Amino acid sequence: MKASLYRFPAWPGTVALLVVGYGVIPIVGNSYLFEAILTPFLALSLAAVGLNLLTGYAGQVSLGSAAFMAVGAYAAYNFNLRVHGLPLLATFVLAGLVATALGIVFGLPSLRLRGFYLAVSTLAAQFFVQWALTKFSWFSNNNPSGVIDAPSLRILGLSFDSSIGRYLFALTIVVVLTLLAWRLVNTQIGHNFIAVRDNELAARVIGVPVLRTKLLAFAISSFIVSVAGVLWAFAYLRTVEPAGFNLDRSFQIVFIIIIGGLASIRGAFFGAALLVVFPLILSRVGSFLLGDRFDSGVLDMSQRIVLGLLIIFFLIAEPDGLAALWDRLKRRLLSTPNNL
Amino acid sequence: MPDFDILFFLEVLVGGLLAGVMYSLVAIGFVLIYKTSGVLNFAQGSMVLLAALTFVSVRERGVPFWAALLLALAVMVLLGMSIERTVLRPLVNKPPITLFMATLGLSYVIEGAAQLVWGTQVHGLDLGIDDTPLEFGGILVSKFDLVAAGIAAAMVALLTGFFRSTRIGLAFRAAADDQLAALAVGLRLPRIWAAAWVAAGVVSLVAGLLWGARLGVQFSLSLVVLKALPVLVLGGFDSILGAIVGGLLIGASEKLSEVYLGPLFGGGIEGWFAYVIALVFLLVRPAGLFGQKEMA
Amino acid sequence: MITGMNKQLASKDDYLSRVSKDGTDKLIAAAVPLSFLAGASTKETSRSIPGPSPTLRLESITLSFGGVTALADFDLAVAAGEIRAIIGPNGAGKSSLLNVISGIYRPQRGQVWIDGRKFARVPTQQLAGLGIARTFQNLALFKGLSVLENVVIGRAAVRHANFLEQIVGMGRARRERAEAQARAEEIIDFLDLRAGPDRLAGTLPYGLQKRVEFARALVARPKILLLDEPMAGMTATEKREMTRFVRAARDEFGTTVILIEHDIGIVMGLSDRVAVLDHGRKIADGSPGAVQADQAVIDAYLGVAHEDESEEVYA
Repeated sequence: MKASLYRFPAWPGTVALLVVGYGVIPIVGNSYLFEAILTPFLALSLAAVGLNLLTGYAGQVSLGSAAFMAVGAYAAYNFNLRVHGLPLLATFVLAGLVATALGIVFGLPSLRLRGFYLAVSTLAAQFFVQWALTKFSWFSNNNPSGVIDAPSLRILGLSFDSSIGRYLFALTIVVVLTLLAWRLVNTQIGHNFIAVRDNELAARVIGVPVLRTKLLAFAISSFIVSVAGVLWAFAYLRTVEPAGFNLDRSFQIVFIIIIGGLASIRGAFFGAALLVVFPLILSRVGSFLLGDRFDSGVLDMSQRIVLGLLIIFFLIAEPDGLAALWDRLKRRLLSTPNNL
Repeated sequence: MPDFDILFFLEVLVGGLLAGVMYSLVAIGFVLIYKTSGVLNFAQGSMVLLAALTFVSVRERGVPFWAALLLALAVMVLLGMSIERTVLRPLVNKPPITLFMATLGLSYVIEGAAQLVWGTQVHGLDLGIDDTPLEFGGILVSKFDLVAAGIAAAMVALLTGFFRSTRIGLAFRAAADDQLAALAVGLRLPRIWAAAWVAAGVVSLVAGLLWGARLGVQFSLSLVVLKALPVLVLGGFDSILGAIVGGLLIGASEKLSEVYLGPLFGGGIEGWFAYVIALVFLLVRPAGLFGQKEMA
Repeated sequence: MITGMNKQLASKDDYLSRVSKDGTDKLIAAAVPLSFLAGASTKETSRSIPGPSPTLRLESITLSFGGVTALADFDLAVAAGEIRAIIGPNGAGKSSLLNVISGIYRPQRGQVWIDGRKFARVPTQQLAGLGIARTFQNLALFKGLSVLENVVIGRAAVRHANFLEQIVGMGRARRERAEAQARAEEIIDFLDLRAGPDRLAGTLPYGLQKRVEFARALVARPKILLLDEPMAGMTATEKREMTRFVRAARDEFGTTVILIEHDIGIVMGLSDRVAVLDHGRKIADGSPGAVQADQAVIDAYLGVAHEDESEEVYA
């Protein structure tokens, strides 16, 4: 029987993407592309990958992902600030571990709660973290509004501080973590996630360690989401405050995984791409159609409306998201009359 | 504390209870919809905002009070019916979390549309009730709070009576209990759902007016929904009585904790304390104080 | 509350005691299953000819939910390697029985004995370790996993590599994975599920999904298999096949099978012994033939039409 549990990503596609990402884009891109589009896209994609592991694969609803992004950003800032000589990558890992610990704590309710109730408890994490980061100025080195500035990005003497440097830095981290996440979902542990999601009782009866599986999902997800937060702060915005990791941001990540496709690693990227690009398109189209009346307030509100409509549309028409849409398109394009 | 000021305590308590009544009002809107269609309506807050904005903006254009009220009411009724038709019906068999996400999307649409049409600036809302402090046996109570609580209590009484005694109310309860059975006896579920959403819209209008008068009518009004969630957790998602009791409990403990525990943390714990209470409660009693069924 | 059975048992008992006095080993060996007829249906096990102790035993199980009694003072003994059917009208408490054995419900009174160990409540998370596997009435497949993955996850209890090891995929993780896959493929062959192992489990026709669930239970090589209406919703052909598989599982692997089933024809042909439940009480317990002829059993079923009851005995 040829079926195999060991799946590789579709090699040609992945290699092509990597070539484009590392080879083509740095050459043809400009700093606007890197700074305003690609870097935030990468950070949001990674956050979505992390959330998808928890919510899409393991079925544990979380509305607090922005809180974990914030934990990552602020933890990294503090490690970098207070531990002299700490290599940048170590900062990332340590920040991730802090978030992992917090994730496990806030994941404990999942052992007793499901669905809405779990969502409500993750909201507790969201509000609490945002409050703590604002209230205790220690986290922001005594800045009165909790604002932090990103350190310079240097690894082994190489500086990644240019816009292209930050893009490549983010790209590498995202590629590595995405690869690990992808490997994970194809292992028994990844299947355990899906089993716990699809039928927790049956999983328990079979001997899947349900408790451990749920906490592991929270742990790994928090790690990845927090690294995404560090990228958001260090590679993209360079200056962040707690308000930037608010409920709207959490919802944004949730929207990404719904639009992109739950339980799909690729979906995270599709969804993030749509979410990063559509405001830009909307702004162009809006000012084209309405001219001066299309000010930033109108843009904000239109964005909200379009986003809401997109969510509703996808939930009704394409619940498996853009990833499923993509698969269907691929199948249709690749199946010629001769080899249906 | 060296000398415990009982009067002050009571004042804070009463203030908290009254605020809690307002929370209950929003929570009741949730319960109405959840009770009849099993949907947790995250868009409740945005409905409150829309109702308040519509009323206030129309008033500012010189429309008399009662006409403005009717107009806002009409908008909410239309909104309820169209939500049921366009969003809920296509998603009728999906898992609850999908419906919740849909209402999340809905909240974005409503908030965006409301502010697109009426603008994003803050509006003051004058209901003709002034906020003078009244004194009862040494405790200062805000007149506005009292009147608001009274109105909210009246609404609650109306709704409870409605559910218990009228035919439509019974139909609501039947639909909530067992959809298949309700269908089997000939109840038209989509009609019931539409009615529930309209009722929720009406409740939103009342809540919007009261909250708007208190906080001013602005975007943050839609965030009252976030206060309603802990109330629902405490009281049970499908119980109006639970929404009332939960609201009172949350309102009181929030205010009390802010005053007595707040200084320990540097203040501002109102934002999340309710959630902590809810969380602790969830771990002990997942169905809430009065809830009948555990939500999936 | 056994009615009518006692008369028959008394005579069988006499026969057995006469046989053992003769001392012929073969006859005793043949009589061993019969001895359980004498011992299992009453609490006086001392009356039976000594034989291997039951691999699973339920003792005085009482289970109720808010006023509704699902099981009342229920006893059951299941011998190693036998196929034990549980039948009874709808709502008689059959699924509750399996849920008690798998620890999903905690009985208000009574004990479950598994391999000589006593449990007030069977620890569900430890079921695999106890050698028990089960299927569910409503199909508990993992819709998000493929057929192969569903069967492989049946070995989840013996996979010990942690997530880092599994991501790297070397050493222990690799060995466990290979072993799980090999076992899964074995069972898939055994149960004729070769077509489409990579298909999402939810996309298969219903009868095949049931078989996949059976495979998932079997891959763990359980000592005791609990099957909750494994043939519900199947066509006659599928039922024949499934019957063959259940018997093969017992014959090849020595698995003890406890089976809830509505189709009396299947039950008669497949099982070694049958227990009959009505309103939570056992009203009969014995060989298929004896139970079928039992008046109390007939009364309990009277007026209840079974669409899937068949005359045909699946041999």
